[in-house]
Amino acid sequence: MGRYVPNTGQDRKEMLDELGLDSIDQLFEDIPYEVRIAGRLNLPEPLSEVELVRHMRELAEKNETVEDYICFLGAGAYDRYIPSVVGHILSRQEFYTAYTPYQPEISQGTLQAIFEYQTMICELTGMEVSNASMYDGASALAEAVIMACQATGRKKVLMARTVHPQSRKVVHTYCRFRDIQLCEVGYDDGRLDVDELKQMISDEVAAVVVQNPNFFGIVELLDEIAEVSHSHGALFITSVNPVSLAVLKPPGNAGADIVVGEGQSLGNPLSFGGPYLGFMATSRKLMRRMPGRVVGQTTDTSGRRAFVLTIQTREQHIRREKATSNICTNQALNALAATVYLALMGREGLKKVALLSMQKAHYAYQRLISQGRCSALFSAPFFDEFVVTSPVPVEQLNEKLLESKIIGGYALERDYPELKNAWLVAVTEKRTKNEIDMLVERVGEL
Amino acid sequence: MKESALIFEISRSGRKAFSLPECDVPELPLEEMIPDECLRDKDARLPEVSEVDVVRHYTRLSRLNHGVDSGFYPLGSCTMKYNPKVNEDIAGQEGFTQVHPLQPENMVQGCLELMYKTDRLLSEITGMDRFSLQPAAGAHGEMAGLMIIKSYHMQRGDTKRNKIIVPDSAHGTNPASAAMVGFKMVEVKSNERGEVDLEALKALVDDETAGLMLTNPNTLGLFEENILEISRIVHEAGGLLYYDGANMNAILGIARPGDMGFDVVHLNLHKTFSTPHGGGGPGSGPVGVKKELVQFLPVPMVEFKDGEYYLDYDRPCSIGMIKSFYGNFSVAVKAYAYIMSMGAEGLKEVAETAVLNANYIMQRLKEYYLLPYDRTCMHEFVISAQKQKEKGISAMDIAKRLMDFGFHPPTVYFPLIVKEAMMIEPTETESRDTLDAFVGALIQIAKEAQTEPDKLKQAPHVTPVKRLDEAGAARNPVLRWTP
Repeated sequence: MGRYVPNTGQDRKEMLDELGLDSIDQLFEDIPYEVRIAGRLNLPEPLSEVELVRHMRELAEKNETVEDYICFLGAGAYDRYIPSVVGHILSRQEFYTAYTPYQPEISQGTLQAIFEYQTMICELTGMEVSNASMYDGASALAEAVIMACQATGRKKVLMARTVHPQSRKVVHTYCRFRDIQLCEVGYDDGRLDVDELKQMISDEVAAVVVQNPNFFGIVELLDEIAEVSHSHGALFITSVNPVSLAVLKPPGNAGADIVVGEGQSLGNPLSFGGPYLGFMATSRKLMRRMPGRVVGQTTDTSGRRAFVLTIQTREQHIRREKATSNICTNQALNALAATVYLALMGREGLKKVALLSMQKAHYAYQRLISQGRCSALFSAPFFDEFVVTSPVPVEQLNEKLLESKIIGGYALERDYPELKNAWLVAVTEKRTKNEIDMLVERVGEL
Repeated sequence: MKESALIFEISRSGRKAFSLPECDVPELPLEEMIPDECLRDKDARLPEVSEVDVVRHYTRLSRLNHGVDSGFYPLGSCTMKYNPKVNEDIAGQEGFTQVHPLQPENMVQGCLELMYKTDRLLSEITGMDRFSLQPAAGAHGEMAGLMIIKSYHMQRGDTKRNKIIVPDSAHGTNPASAAMVGFKMVEVKSNERGEVDLEALKALVDDETAGLMLTNPNTLGLFEENILEISRIVHEAGGLLYYDGANMNAILGIARPGDMGFDVVHLNLHKTFSTPHGGGGPGSGPVGVKKELVQFLPVPMVEFKDGEYYLDYDRPCSIGMIKSFYGNFSVAVKAYAYIMSMGAEGLKEVAETAVLNANYIMQRLKEYYLLPYDRTCMHEFVISAQKQKEKGISAMDIAKRLMDFGFHPPTVYFPLIVKEAMMIEPTETESRDTLDAFVGALIQIAKEAQTEPDKLKQAPHVTPVKRLDEAGAARNPVLRWTP
């Protein structure tokens, strides 16, 4: 018998005997003859393990990686350091081969880890409750928008144009099919234009959506936006970078009602875009409107503390079409990576990651500007990603940099036609002074 | 046994597990970079622990879990098959993990080729024309599929079609996904054979019907014999047919949804295609369609032209993006590797063995448990604890007692149309010896239900914790640690 099928021909025969059958085909008699595959599927011949490994290595080698290049590209996915321990814990079979912890007596490992994760997310965001994870930052934002519409009974949402363009696209898709009206609020000096927001806000608005730091890396003025939102009964949704929260004011302290974000930076590799994890946190008042799994603390019959999936009456397997969302399987293992990462980094380490990135980004920015080839575009404060205007079209600049094994920043013109030659550069804690100096030097040669 | 400490409870001020370089650039004062009012005034209370603490803590937690490698995991509808180790190694290669999704296309030809080829393989296996790998999980694939169905009707100016028909045996995600896309859900009942009731279906379809969602084999593990008639009824009414691929393992290489009349399909790579379930994800829920619906698939699609793979965003009829970037890429890497190592015959043998294993267990158990639909099953079947219920023993009691034998319980209380349901899916990766041991345990439990009911009601006995107060947890939610 084939790969991963332990039964022998003899087993198969004896099992068929037990069923009083002569052949396997008899088990498939319910399938109409007309829809059976005549012959066999047209698939490549199976590869042995040796051949498979070789084939897959060849495919992998067709990619150029951030290990071979110096990466200044961010725009929603970041080349951060992942401690060795993360991978080792994730490769424990008890974590990665289990499923959703429906049976708590034999799933305390997953359940307790999620409870710790929820606590860490609450600590970072300054919110009261967190769920167990969402698919990614963009879809978490879309679910937050739907949640706000359900909570307020309103169907209009104002979203900053400084939110990640892909997140805006995903929110747009989710909203379009539910007749939620989505309006975008412009920016001024790289920040949400609060005056424009004040003109647009009304009692029909369910939520105001802001990203912080925003897509340009700029720190938004959350308190002011929260005030404008709340003055009209709208909820305030922020999408945040979790690493920045080691130093930036938690959105919960600035009046946010729902906080979401992309958790890739927390111990998850770039992996060509996924799997990552989204996180979502909110207030106790709104917790029963939250999508996704939630773990709660309880006791077992002998009085010991234990953990269990809870407030499940929001979920699809109980409430079906009345559920807060259809989300079921999501990103548990990526959330575990985030948990282990945050445990390793801890109170001081995460701050250090944030500060290192920020210092290096500011150094890179100042050098690029003072060298004179790039010019400043915005003056508002930024975290670890920034925008400058390139002297030549960004594609041309990036192509030139690749010759020196540097992956350049993101061409903002792709999403903001008005920002001609604008270049979004990310600097994580992994970049060194030498690498930054080299970047500046190469830009200077243009 | 002692209570399990939280990572926060073993935290000691000043301990650290991180190792980061010193800052090698001239430093600016923090307040010079970010105005004070935007800064945190108090540290986040993350733990302060050593590296050994972290490793021991999470290793200890892992040991409180039951995984597929720990033992049999016959969780119905979840296809908990063995996850090949080599595929983990393959997906862990730097050439796949250390690639930024926004790198220029000529730097990521390997990733794009893999996505393109996975699309081709899945299309062949299901009889569809194209697949998008963007959906992150089954429910996400359902949502994408229903958006495609809605877009199809809208493009034809057929704006009345706001109803999705879902069988009463369907997964909860089906009606929930319909609601996510703004559809009204209409339930069609099952007949005495556990299949869609054709007369009821005929009475439900009309010019407001957007489509029917169907799992085939269905959640009772039964193949919908009338699938061609169902397809005819739905299509004649102007609706489309949606295939929930959760149970695809039963028909790999035997039959294809595309040949049964399905217009839209989602697959669960974490079920049928052996990628690990991760304790609840990451999964992957590719959505596949027939030719006339390809234009609606999410953007971007991977295309191939003049010897190069590229991302095509120029698709004006697309439903749009439903997730950042391109989906759970490394899950697709593992699924691709699995298909490449199985081939056509291998996949067919998967289905044959999964179906034989399920029928074998069912045959051996039906003397002891009520079998509400006594007919050949596919890759899974549903028995009921109604006989045992007379002695006060519930499906939950039986599930809990199974843990004492080292088995993960089946799915219980689902599908909703069977009382005291226990849904058992052995998969093909279990040997007859394992199946015999499991059958033996369930027979012993059936006997205990007669002779020692208390033993079942108190179960489990040997697990890290006993039964939990779940009602209390929901009534007074404690959802985070507080010092």
